[in-house]
Parts: sequence; C-alpha cells; structure tokens
Amino acid sequence: MTEDMSRYPLRLEGDDVPMVRFRNVTKRYGPLVVLNQLDLDVSTGEMVTIIGPSGSGKTTVLRMLMTLETIDSGVIYVDGEPLTHMERNGQLLPASSKHIRRIRSKIGMCFQHFNLFPHMTALGNCMEGLVQVLGLSRREAEERSMELLDMVGLAEKRDEHPSRLSGGQQQRVAIARALAMRPKVMLFDEVTSALDPEVISEVTNVIRRLVGAHDLTMLMVTHQMGFAKEISDRVCFFFNGAVEEQGTPAKLFENPERERTRQFLNAVLDAN
Amino acid sequence: MIEWRWHLVWELAPRFVDAAGKTLLAAGGGYSIAVVLGLVLVLAQRTRFRPLTFAVREFVELIRSTPLLLQVFFVFYVGPQFGLVLSPWTAGLIAIGLHYGAYLSEVYRGGIESVPAGQWEAAKALNLSVVRTYRRIVIPQALPPAISGMGNYLVGIFKDTPMLSVIGVTELMHTATAVGAESYRYLEPYTMVGAIFLAISLPAAYLISRFEKWVRRTLGMVK
Repeated sequence: MTEDMSRYPLRLEGDDVPMVRFRNVTKRYGPLVVLNQLDLDVSTGEMVTIIGPSGSGKTTVLRMLMTLETIDSGVIYVDGEPLTHMERNGQLLPASSKHIRRIRSKIGMCFQHFNLFPHMTALGNCMEGLVQVLGLSRREAEERSMELLDMVGLAEKRDEHPSRLSGGQQQRVAIARALAMRPKVMLFDEVTSALDPEVISEVTNVIRRLVGAHDLTMLMVTHQMGFAKEISDRVCFFFNGAVEEQGTPAKLFENPERERTRQFLNAVLDAN
Repeated sequence: MIEWRWHLVWELAPRFVDAAGKTLLAAGGGYSIAVVLGLVLVLAQRTRFRPLTFAVREFVELIRSTPLLLQVFFVFYVGPQFGLVLSPWTAGLIAIGLHYGAYLSEVYRGGIESVPAGQWEAAKALNLSVVRTYRRIVIPQALPPAISGMGNYLVGIFKDTPMLSVIGVTELMHTATAVGAESYRYLEPYTMVGAIFLAISLPAAYLISRFEKWVRRTLGMVK
C-alpha cells in the first residue's frame, strides 16, 4: 500500500515553522497499530512532555524521531525539512541513509538504560561523536566534552569507565554526551525510570538547567508527573497511539477534560 | 617387551623440531586465513542483501556439516580436475582456513549478538556511520566474549594439522610416520608427537585465558 505523498509539503516554510512536526504518522508492528495517524508539532525551544499508559506509543514517538524505528505512513519534519523522506524532482521519496544522517545530526537522545559505551571512559564517551562524526580534533573534542562534563557536575569522573559510575552519574554522562553534539532537539526517554529514587534529582536537576538556558527543543517521556508538571511548556497525554489530550501542565494536571486523562492521572497519583 | 630408546629420541629431535615448526606454520597460516575469512563471512551474513546472506549461511552449514579430511581431499584432489592445481601446503592452508573460518564466523556472530541493542541505538543517536559503529563500538565489545571461542579453535586448528599429512605436508604426524617406515620404530616417534602437541597446547590454552582477562581489563569491562 503506497501512500499519496503529494498532499505533504516538500518543506515547511513561513514564520512559524515548528522544530518538529509529525503529520499523519502511523506505525504498526504487524497487526498492532502503535501510532495512529499522529499529528504533533513542537516549537523551537519548547519543552514537551509525553505521558500515558504503557503501550500508548509514547516511547515510539521518540524512537521514530531518532530514526531508530521506521514509520509506515505520514511524514516527520525536523527544522522545516522532512526527516523520513527527501525531495527528488518535486516529490517526496523515502529518505536515503545519507539524507537521514544529515537530518539526524540535529537530534540527540538519552535512553532509559543510559547506553554508555562500556569500553570508554566518561570523557571518551563524550568525545566519540565529536571526533568520529563531527571530525573535531582530539583537543577541541576534549575541551568541549569537559565543558559539558563540568556542567553535569562530573568533571572529576572524566577517566572513569561507566561500570565505576552510579546510575545517576551514568545518565548525566549520557546527557553530556548527547549535548556535546549540539543538537537542536533533545529526546529524553524515561531517563529516570532505571534510577534509584535518591539519585533521580541529580538527573532532573541537569534537565531543569537546560530548560530556558538554550533554545534547545526538548521532548521527554516520563512517569514522573511532578517533574513533568514543573518543567514542561506543554504536556501531551497519549492513549492508544494518539494524542488524547494536550495542554499546559496546569490545565492538563489540574483540569483535564477527558475521562481517560482523569483515570490515568488518578491511577498514577494513587500509585504514588 | 619393547624398551624405550632414548638415543633414538635424541637422533630424531632435530627432525621433529623442524616438523614442529612446520606444524606451527600450518596452524598459524590456516588460522590467519580463518580469522579474516570468518570476519568476512559474519559481516556478509549481517547485510540486508538476502541472496548473499542465504548463500553465506548455507556455505557455513555445509562446511560445518562435513569432515575436515574430506574438505582437504576435495581442495587437493578435486581441485586439479577443475584446473586448480595447488601444492600440498597451499591446498592444506586453504582447506583448514575455510573450515575454521566457518566456525570462527559463528564465534564472531555470537560475540556481535552479545552486544546489547542499546549500544547500536546509542551509536545511531550519535550519528556514527555503520563502519564506525562496528569498528569503534561493536567489535571492541564483541571481542572479549569471542576470545575464549577463538582460542579454542586456535588450539583446535593446531590439533587438526595432522590431517594435512595425508596430502603430504611434512608436519609432525607426517614426519613420525616417515620415521616409522624407515626404522620400524613407532613408540618413540608417535610419543614425541604427542609430547610436542601437549607442550604447545597446554600453555596456549593458559595464555589465551590470560589474554582474555587482559583484554577485558584494558577495555575497562571488568565485571
């Protein structure tokens, strides 16, 4: 089944181009529809949090944007350009790996299980992309990496391997590693879910500092409602692969319109 | 009762030292081919080009399901009928290289599959190219778990070099048999062969396990 791509613009133009736009994006795993014709815009510099029950497709949103998953229909735009497709002779065609690599360079991601490279030190992890992808000299890469390790409070751990770092420290190194690449969009996929409760604030404090400090656009999937409420510009509640309800944290958490949102929030609050 | 003749041992020693060198050369040469071929096979199996992955998988299965001795004969005796005339040495190295390359590709595959999916994803999120992902991220992590398997096959290839005696490679076994035919003494030559194999295999196995620990330590992956 091929989709008629002519209804999608080749690129987004105008004053109000969102940093990220999902248009009509569907993702299936076999018969299971994970995302169903998703439309979602994220403005430049905006912090959008995605909440919802497991299986609602929230992590899939981030994974598609990071190109860890392909999409079955629709288009994703990043910074005005299509990510999943590319323009050829006035038409949108599935993106080549070269095109994907170019657009992907605007996106960074932190994972639930950190995914640091175990055979490299904290500094080595941060430098890897700078040297191997951006082509920086080792000196420049080290300088930039140390700035970021310093920002996450781990400059003195530069020579430690991940196995010698706590979960909170590993996640902070992962954030430094992603930021070192200077992405325009940062994705946080349940970055505190694998952490012990007492170190969660180490990580949330770092993210808190990012908000407002740059024009970094951020998308975060989290189960920490308090953090989401405090930090987000907008909260999206996902249900069955679509945005069931979205709005400012105040509105969504205190005055949800939809029954499903209320049920979910009540269930989460009960659990806490 | 047959008595052990030490003077024969001393007399034969130079010939056996020479043959041991050839055995090591055959094992080393065959292993070098296998190490590289195994890597080519495993990478070919991981491409998305179906006919290639299918062909490689079938080839590996074919090699692993037939005896090495048959493969040695095939390369040496059947090859010439197709115009491929090889010296015993070349034929022998190709045969054990192919044979052990197929086994090593499976060892590599196990090593590569032991690298968590999250590592590939992190590499992608950093926009590393496929080649750099293998070279910088995957292979260094796939190596430590593969070393013991690679070491076993190194000892294995060494112990399989006597197979090459049947096509005339003058390694240890060939030499012992020749001595037997000349002198009608079999006890000393074959015992010497056994002793030499033991004297090389045992320290090799020990060194391999030391090497594995060293690699893990060097890569900072001590658990």
